[in-house]
Amino acid sequence: MTKLTHLTIKAALDGLKKKDFTATELVDAHIAASEAARHLNCYITETFDSARAQAKESDARYAAGKALPLDGIPIAMKDLFCTEGVQTTAASNILRGFVPPYESTVSAKMKADGLVSMGKANLDEFAMGSSNTTSAFGNVINPWKRKGDNRDLVPGGSSGGSAAAVAARIAMGATGTDTGGSIRQPAAFCGIAGIKPTYGRCSRFGVVAFASSLDQPGPFARTVEDNALLLRSMAGYDPKDSTSVNVPVPDYAAACGGSLKGLRVGVPKEYRVDGTNAEIVALWDKGVQMMKDAGAEIVDVSLPHTGYALETYYIIAPAECSSNLARYDGVRFGQRSAGENLVDTYEKTRAEGFGREVKRRILIGTYVLSAGYYDAYYNQARRVRKLIWQDFINAYQKCDVLLTPTAPTPAFAIGENTQDPVTMYLNDIFTIPASMAGMPGMAVPVGLSADGLPLGLQLIGKPFEEETLFKAGHALEQAAKFDVLPQLVAA
Amino acid sequence: MSIDKDTVGKIARLARIRVTETEKETLAAELSGILSMVEKLNTVDTKGVEPLTSVVQVKLPQRADVVTDGGIPEKILQNAPEQTAGFFVVPKVVE
Repeated sequence: MTKLTHLTIKAALDGLKKKDFTATELVDAHIAASEAARHLNCYITETFDSARAQAKESDARYAAGKALPLDGIPIAMKDLFCTEGVQTTAASNILRGFVPPYESTVSAKMKADGLVSMGKANLDEFAMGSSNTTSAFGNVINPWKRKGDNRDLVPGGSSGGSAAAVAARIAMGATGTDTGGSIRQPAAFCGIAGIKPTYGRCSRFGVVAFASSLDQPGPFARTVEDNALLLRSMAGYDPKDSTSVNVPVPDYAAACGGSLKGLRVGVPKEYRVDGTNAEIVALWDKGVQMMKDAGAEIVDVSLPHTGYALETYYIIAPAECSSNLARYDGVRFGQRSAGENLVDTYEKTRAEGFGREVKRRILIGTYVLSAGYYDAYYNQARRVRKLIWQDFINAYQKCDVLLTPTAPTPAFAIGENTQDPVTMYLNDIFTIPASMAGMPGMAVPVGLSADGLPLGLQLIGKPFEEETLFKAGHALEQAAKFDVLPQLVAA
Repeated sequence: MSIDKDTVGKIARLARIRVTETEKETLAAELSGILSMVEKLNTVDTKGVEPLTSVVQVKLPQRADVVTDGGIPEKILQNAPEQTAGFFVVPKVVE
């Protein structure tokens, strides 16, 4: 029999229903695996005791024939989701010890469906980063290693702990949030699947805010179908988030399977950027062929403003961050550093509480929003953002879904790419455009690099047509048959 | 466009983040690097383009103006670094 920790969510649900094993056994197996993989630093706060208690309740429901849709499935919860009574830090010193008196809508919905949280997953501080090296609680280590090279690799970011936990088989799924690629890029680096839904699909209520016009929660799992099961639980209208959209949540798993006949897959020429790893370009070509073989029609499309998306992002995201993070003043919650007067207290609290990358972004945001620069920087960025959005709308006249690489390189070693912030920002070059336009995007693992690291492709869909992504993503997954295990798990 | 040390000091003051002289120097270089990257946006012709405010909907919903929760001062105060008699405590503001 397959190890319990290696099952898909779908297979685990079947096993639980058939009483092949109990939720307690399933959760215990994941706790043991988590303890053995503590060096990966996936969790900031472990919640094993409450996980065991929840598993017991799940078992009682299974015995009574009253199981919830995802009853007893162990998951990791990104430590950006507020969880009532459980420390929530956003991986920042400024929130160290913060215990929310309320629950985020997404985590509450998942709990109501029977999902069991194993812990609060590590991330880049306030979700700002692409390598999970800005966390105040230490780096997360990718369970994958290069062939013949023992150096620790980054899991990607910002949802690095979530992605590493799922890849390391210490959780069956996880929550993430994606502002510029924070679900899709770590999914690619860790060889798993993940989806950033359409902006407005999942509630942001109770999610620590970074850039509110871009932030969107979404799931990670090892298969496309498992993602579908998790997203159905997470998605839905919430009156507490004024930007959440009131449209029905479909059965995403039902969309997985079937031929792609009649589906038009767009290949945007602007994504062939200089400096992209040759292996990733080759993988992209292979992916196009896979879609064709599955019955899809391939069309060349153009998204002419793609080359400005990264720049637009690095004005808009810091601008929103500088405004959102103004709330951390050491008065109502979080850490306080004592000062001589109120302003002194604010300045010291924020100097000591925030890490370098967060400060950098707050300062850039403050600058582009300040008098004299607001129109030249911030408004110009919002105008270009409109053009980027229009590009997608125009492309969708010719195609239903876009196929692109997810990240320009495979996972890199801890310490690489840190010479200057701009080099690190280039990691998100393929994921940011869909973020700017609010379009849903899915990362699917497709192959391995020559040195043995996972590589992924990205599918970008039309607003609120996640079902098309699940259909296309499932077909890609079936064709790619990615079944290599990270060394940590295979050993 | 490059940012000098004085400008870093000014925006750090606006953002209420204390920065040391050494930090100012590093930040000036880093922020200038980011600003020269975004400089590229000035080459885009955006004449007549309305700035994008939201990717989903133009009109925000409004709910009835009624109290929906409250009466939980202990919960509100439970994470405060300092509190007394149902109030947040801050250093003296008025002399």
